[in-house]
Amino acid sequence: MKRSTIIDIVNTALAEEFELDAAALTPETHLRDDLNLDSLDYVDMVIVLEKAFRFKIEDKQQLVNIHTLGDVYNFIESMRDQGIVRQEDQERSA
Amino acid sequence: MRRERVVITGTGVVSAFGAGLDACMNGLFAGQSAVRAWSAPEHIRGLDCRVVAAVPALPPPSLPRDLRRGMSAMSHFAWLAAEETLAGLDAEARRSTGVAIGSTLGSPATLQLFFDEFLQSHDVSGIRSMVFFKVMGNTVASNISMACGCCGRQVAPCAACASGLQALGLGFEAIAAGRETRMLCGGADELHLLTLAAFDRLGAASHHADPLTASRPFDTHRNGIVCGEGAGLLLLENLEIARARNATIQGEIIGFATNSSFSGLAYPDADSVRLCMAAALDDAGLVPDKVTYINAHATSTEAGDMAEGTAIAQLFGASVPVSSLKGLLGHSLAASGPIETAACLSMWQRGLCLPTANLVNPDPRCGTLGHVIEPMPMPYGPVLKNSFGLGGCNASLLIQPYQEK
Repeated sequence: MKRSTIIDIVNTALAEEFELDAAALTPETHLRDDLNLDSLDYVDMVIVLEKAFRFKIEDKQQLVNIHTLGDVYNFIESMRDQGIVRQEDQERSA
Repeated sequence: MRRERVVITGTGVVSAFGAGLDACMNGLFAGQSAVRAWSAPEHIRGLDCRVVAAVPALPPPSLPRDLRRGMSAMSHFAWLAAEETLAGLDAEARRSTGVAIGSTLGSPATLQLFFDEFLQSHDVSGIRSMVFFKVMGNTVASNISMACGCCGRQVAPCAACASGLQALGLGFEAIAAGRETRMLCGGADELHLLTLAAFDRLGAASHHADPLTASRPFDTHRNGIVCGEGAGLLLLENLEIARARNATIQGEIIGFATNSSFSGLAYPDADSVRLCMAAALDDAGLVPDKVTYINAHATSTEAGDMAEGTAIAQLFGASVPVSSLKGLLGHSLAASGPIETAACLSMWQRGLCLPTANLVNPDPRCGTLGHVIEPMPMPYGPVLKNSFGLGGCNASLLIQPYQEK
């Protein structure tokens, strides 16, 4: 699973959930300051990411340092590298 | 206890006639019915009602996502009504405004979504953050407080179909006592199978097939409620505050009472209804013969209309004009009391008292009443508005045209 595929899936999922312009999303985009997402939105963000990548984030403490979209991409990549997100599922989702 | 004068300076309605006070009042004054034929989906068994008074499709609320994400249909209706009610009120005035808005339930449609998913999966990890904000008992009051920037007290009375009128009464009491200066008050509800099924199984839903004549308050051939939905809101203000901003005063609230019936969960009794109306008269310092018109709750059920009619006959005799608007509007549950109160204001403005639609053969078991069966000149004097709810909750509100005194 390439990083570009991860970015596409994340951007598409978040754009749909939070009514965002997917084309305007960059790794530097700040979830709170730029997208106005709050703690309630973070709950839903986790749900849509779990659904998009077909995995469960068991330890929500892993998310406390996610502030930008780039952090999200990196987090999903780490899940991929740990084998928590399976390659074939990602490709099917994509 | 202080007793400030409380006036009505704004109205907003979403009804089965559509969005806006004018849509509703123009329909009512034209004698049109908002009731429509309805069929239950084929996979649903055991439901016999075939008519509803549903709000037509509306565009989504033009609000930022964070202000509408917690709104189900009932809050959407209420927001449209609130913006109509608050028109002309600036942000600073809104900040000092309290909110009292009731509904019979939190959003049943959202509850259904939750259980549809949960009963399939037994997994709650996918439950969205907004579910609880749509099903909590104060969902409408909280959503409207946020969306309209109202930072006064937030009250969400839950008294079944009396919720909206009780909210008006609670707002009146808060202002009269000097605790608040301005309150946005009323009720809202959304139509759902749960409500239709509940009234149907209780034998309280109309089984007439013709939408135009399905709701027949006080008529011998009535057989139940036509369930509806919508929102009705009024802006209540301390008289001096309203005058200071040159608000248009549409009427004055002069008395309110609410009580409970001990006769049973589903059966209103004439004694408690009479006591409630008498207490509202006492609150206003009026004797019964000063009341010039009664806008009845009268939902077209056998038991409810009998209890209310009997109580009115006992307290007022047959000389006071009485009508119910539910023959045309159906029953919009918590929204009904405020919508019908707004209609009373329109009756003063238009000089025309609306009759009870479909009342052809008055049921003598409802007492001998001064039924309004044709439009007639509207008396320009005190009006009594009743609302009653399942669970034995009664509410009566007295309004009168504003006079400086």
